[in-house]
Amino acid sequence: MSARDSGILLKAEGVHKRFGDHVVLAGADLEVPRGSVVTVLGRSGTGKSVFLKCLAGILTPEAGSMRFDGAALDQGDAAARAEFRRRCGYLFQSNALFDSLTALENVVLPLEQTTDLPDKEIQERGMEALRQLDLEAHRDRHPAELSGGMQKRLALARAIVTRPELVLFDEPTAGLDPLRRNAVFTMIAKYQRQFSFTAVIVTHDVAEALVASDSVALLDGGRMRFQGAPAAFSASDDPVVKGFRDSAAALSETLHALRRGENIESDES
Amino acid sequence: MLRALGRHTLSIVHDLGDYALFTTRAFGAVMRTRRLGRRLARSVYEQGARCLPVILVVGLFTGLVLGLQGYYVLNRFGSEGLLGTLVSLTLVRELGPVLAALMLVGQAGSALAAELGIQRNSEQIAALETMGVGTHGYLVTPRVVSALLVYPMQAALFVCVGLVGGALSGSWLLGLSPGVYWSAVERALEPRDVSQCLTKAAVFGLLTISLCAYHGFNTHRLRSATGARAVSASTTRAVVQSSIVVLCADYVITSFFV
Repeated sequence: MSARDSGILLKAEGVHKRFGDHVVLAGADLEVPRGSVVTVLGRSGTGKSVFLKCLAGILTPEAGSMRFDGAALDQGDAAARAEFRRRCGYLFQSNALFDSLTALENVVLPLEQTTDLPDKEIQERGMEALRQLDLEAHRDRHPAELSGGMQKRLALARAIVTRPELVLFDEPTAGLDPLRRNAVFTMIAKYQRQFSFTAVIVTHDVAEALVASDSVALLDGGRMRFQGAPAAFSASDDPVVKGFRDSAAALSETLHALRRGENIESDES
Repeated sequence: MLRALGRHTLSIVHDLGDYALFTTRAFGAVMRTRRLGRRLARSVYEQGARCLPVILVVGLFTGLVLGLQGYYVLNRFGSEGLLGTLVSLTLVRELGPVLAALMLVGQAGSALAAELGIQRNSEQIAALETMGVGTHGYLVTPRVVSALLVYPMQAALFVCVGLVGGALSGSWLLGLSPGVYWSAVERALEPRDVSQCLTKAAVFGLLTISLCAYHGFNTHRLRSATGARAVSASTTRAVVQSSIVVLCADYVITSFFV
């Protein structure tokens, strides 16, 4: 059965990536079913963003294969890569907005540069995207004049204005407080349903990921230690999964032990 | 030591090849880039209108100094009447295109290297790649094409203002007849001198703007620095190398024309 038949939109197998002598990915696999939200979890520095950038083609893996909608995505196949990029959006951790352009100019940029749509339609689609993300009133503002949450929404508007089938989210909640984290996950879930795109989210927010995702993967030691439904993740006996899942409880226990005067060895590995 | 020298030589050859490919890609993207006209207009404004004050001021003072120095030297031989010849040929053949290019490197080239460096660091260039936007076509092509148009115009303007500066110091300050000055200018200049000036300016524009774009675009490849320091290092490198390239290319082109 081909990937297209099985409903798998994106499939990565055995992705290897190293920087000098430092091996970041040592055969990472991921399956992304069409229309689902897949979250890749992992500790800081385990290579989650690197994996996402390999999927997006920003970084070139040393080995491994990827298939998008059943078609192989070879690094050397420029046409397949271009087709993938046309159907894929990417939300950067830093938002990567063009600071010299206004909000509307940021949103319409991919339409202007990758389509032959008439200017009027491009402007209308840009305004529609801004309206859907409650940014219509800020169309003429530059990114620096917007709040952090607005910038995140603007980056999402730019990522979805081309109506992609797949959107990759790189740490969309990094550095945000719990309320804003919830707001961002709510925003992703809302627009994922509204625009029916498939989403891959890289994060280390376990609680939000379990609620917002259809499938959860855990990256550890350069490989996917686990991929399955959130319920299976919650029930898993795998010690690494357990350790990651129960990190909040472990912290609580450690703090209680320290308060009791016990000697705790720190594990920074 | 021999090994280090060989490694360094190989690295230079690799970088030269990389730069040549980079520039070729920028030209190759001319036909593929959508809405190039708008980006081109913005680049013409940045390299043209925004650099106008510095071209006017430096051109005027270069002409003023040339007029003063030339007058005193020619006066020793009783040949003040040749002041227009000296000023015009010096400006048109050498100083006009070279100094205008150096001024443009200082203003437009450094700004371009820094802008691309910051865009690289803040993942704006990666964002373009993920959107499927041709980064060379969007970021580099309009700048390089614009340089081919703007540099010759700026050099011509520099020469004109310099000639006025020469007239100001020679005629109005030192008493040389304006008619003598301007008729010497007219007699001295040939179409070949003007074409040499414009050719040099266009070549300098192509070399310097593509070099500045190359360094800014590849800021992330610097091993000696990261972040803001990488932007600073790539901008410095762009300006220094562009200035040296202008002088080297000037010598090569002059040797062909002479």
